[in-house]
Amino acid sequence: MSKKHDSDYISAKKSRQISRFNRKLTKKLEKERNDASKDPALYTTTMKDPGNVVEFDNVCTYFFTDIGTVKAVDGVTFNVPKRATVGVVGESGCGKSVTSLSLMQLLQRPTGQTVGGEIRFNIGDGKALNIVKAPTAKMQEIRGNRVSMIFQEPMTSLNPVFRIGQQVNEVLELHHPEMSEEEVKARTLEMLELVGIANKEGVYNMYPHELSGGMRQRVMIAMALACEPDILIADEPTTALDVTIQAQILELMQDLQKKLGMAIIIVTHDLGVIASMCDEIIVMYGGRVCERGTADDIFYRPAHEYTKGLLRSIPSTQNMNERLIPIGGTPINMLDLPKGCAFCPRCDSAMKICLREQPVEMEISDTHHASCWMNVKNAKEGK
Amino acid sequence: MGKFILKRFLWSILILFCVMLIVYTLMHCLPTNYIDTMARQLATRPGNTKSATEWIAELNAQYGMDKGIIPGFFTWLKSAVRGEFGNSWRWTLPVTQKFRDVIWYSFALGVATFIFQVAIAIPLGVLAAKRQYGIADYSVTVIAMVCNSLPTFFVASVLKMVFSVKLGWFDIGGIISTRTHDAMSPFMQVMDMAQHLVLPTITIVIVSIGSLMRYTRTNMLEVLNADYIRTARAKGLPESKVINKHAFRNTLIPLVTILGGSLPGLFSGALITEQLYSIPGIGYTAYQSMIVGDIPFTMFYLSFISILTLLGNLISDILYGVVDPRVRLS
Repeated sequence: MSKKHDSDYISAKKSRQISRFNRKLTKKLEKERNDASKDPALYTTTMKDPGNVVEFDNVCTYFFTDIGTVKAVDGVTFNVPKRATVGVVGESGCGKSVTSLSLMQLLQRPTGQTVGGEIRFNIGDGKALNIVKAPTAKMQEIRGNRVSMIFQEPMTSLNPVFRIGQQVNEVLELHHPEMSEEEVKARTLEMLELVGIANKEGVYNMYPHELSGGMRQRVMIAMALACEPDILIADEPTTALDVTIQAQILELMQDLQKKLGMAIIIVTHDLGVIASMCDEIIVMYGGRVCERGTADDIFYRPAHEYTKGLLRSIPSTQNMNERLIPIGGTPINMLDLPKGCAFCPRCDSAMKICLREQPVEMEISDTHHASCWMNVKNAKEGK
Repeated sequence: MGKFILKRFLWSILILFCVMLIVYTLMHCLPTNYIDTMARQLATRPGNTKSATEWIAELNAQYGMDKGIIPGFFTWLKSAVRGEFGNSWRWTLPVTQKFRDVIWYSFALGVATFIFQVAIAIPLGVLAAKRQYGIADYSVTVIAMVCNSLPTFFVASVLKMVFSVKLGWFDIGGIISTRTHDAMSPFMQVMDMAQHLVLPTITIVIVSIGSLMRYTRTNMLEVLNADYIRTARAKGLPESKVINKHAFRNTLIPLVTILGGSLPGLFSGALITEQLYSIPGIGYTAYQSMIVGDIPFTMFYLSFISILTLLGNLISDILYGVVDPRVRLS
């Protein structure tokens, strides 16, 4: 029998080596994090721009699995200004969800670790919390309180054995121990009303299975916003909902943003959602940011081959009678990233340099940045 | 709810009828026949005038065994529904009286093992799930596997060897210290019995915690990967609260169901263990009756066990509706 030579195959010896390496490394990282709790100086820094809520600075989040290290997020940099909506788009497995989970430190540890970079979270007075290094106790203080998250699956994201009221109360009781029972209940009812639940008293005493998907997502939003966070992360908030409900939920989020003034990071693969909501768009591919800019920049002046491909592959009212042009090939194997540009194997305009070197980020305008060798080439040729 | 229970109750009666018919048939087909043995004994007695065959015919008529299986069964059933189970052949006592004499030993043993089983297996299962693939998890898994694989008689023999023969802490069998029991105060008598139940309890706990431990671990792991656990963490809840409140409450759903279902089992006795330690409980008594072919007592014991099993199933169904708000019985 011939020996298999595909990339999925690893020998038992190799697998043991990987496991040992992972164990050593993750133990070290966990220890560092635990040690950090002794000295706040280790995880407090300053914001580069006090107008931002969160600054991602070269964030690297890796998963140390038994078949190798998956560089799910590898050097992601972007800022979320106060009261702004930032959209993160990309295909499945490009690291968009992992980026948002890194901000919450909700990765499946010890396998998933943020190994490098800084995530600076503005805690006021120009001071910032470096979430990458922050100990778990510190994270628990800000989770649900200053950073909240809503998830893709409203059907399974609420605990089936507790009543809706209990679940919303819980987050208030946790972060505002000074509130009395009546105040907590009043606040919960207020939140339920705010997210557009008509029968708030009834829903307060219901179990999650008695509500529809859209209602549950509203409850999730109420829960996330109960403590008036500085930032709300919405990880594909509308993917599991049907189209009419999708629109309602997005509208609700925009509405609440105006009322409560939080920033929103919206993670999605739906360009339509992004176009209508976001002040800034981050396009991700293979764990890296390939292009970032305003909605106009991305939709009208795309400067990365991947973004161009994406836009070609969505139907619109203008190209109704034309064939859509999909991006060829399959998403890259995150275990085995190419040396050069991650999109290179699927790119129609790939050049030699794309295979060899990772593209540098180039400023196209004040708001618009892209990492594609084509831009460098065009700039050199004076176009 | 009431309708559901009534429906289940009627089904149970039908099942019970079929079970009893099968058991009765089997009892008649047993190779050990009490009447044959008796007849042979009587025939060999000095001064006996009848042959064994004649004795068999006479005894069969006397014990009502000459009617054939189906009419015999209905005769038994008719008196059984009135609560008359006849006299035990082996114990020469009314069946119900013998039952009343021995059941409490089995019940005490059942309750003790149940409590220890739950108190040991569930926390260990939760611990194993929390530290999945850690040292604690592997130890618990190995212990569970070993406990699950050990046969009762082996555990009992080892325990007896160590604690009774070598160390001499416990008697090797029986429920009372035969020589000193009568001289003790009532309180000491109870303590004496409790002391005799220590080894049987340990034996049953050892052989039975494995599966409950694994069951808890599996359920906990499944729950820990659920989306609502991530939501609980995203709320900022400390890990202890995530596990002990959000996860454990969900893990409890299947656990309560099986534990609730095993409650009637507290009365069913531990046939093998009671036998090994000569505890005169219901299991021991039933075993002694079975090996001599004592049909009235065995029939009573087996119908009792069937009722307990059916009751257990009914209780677990009802509890399922109680602990899981998603389930409404109809």
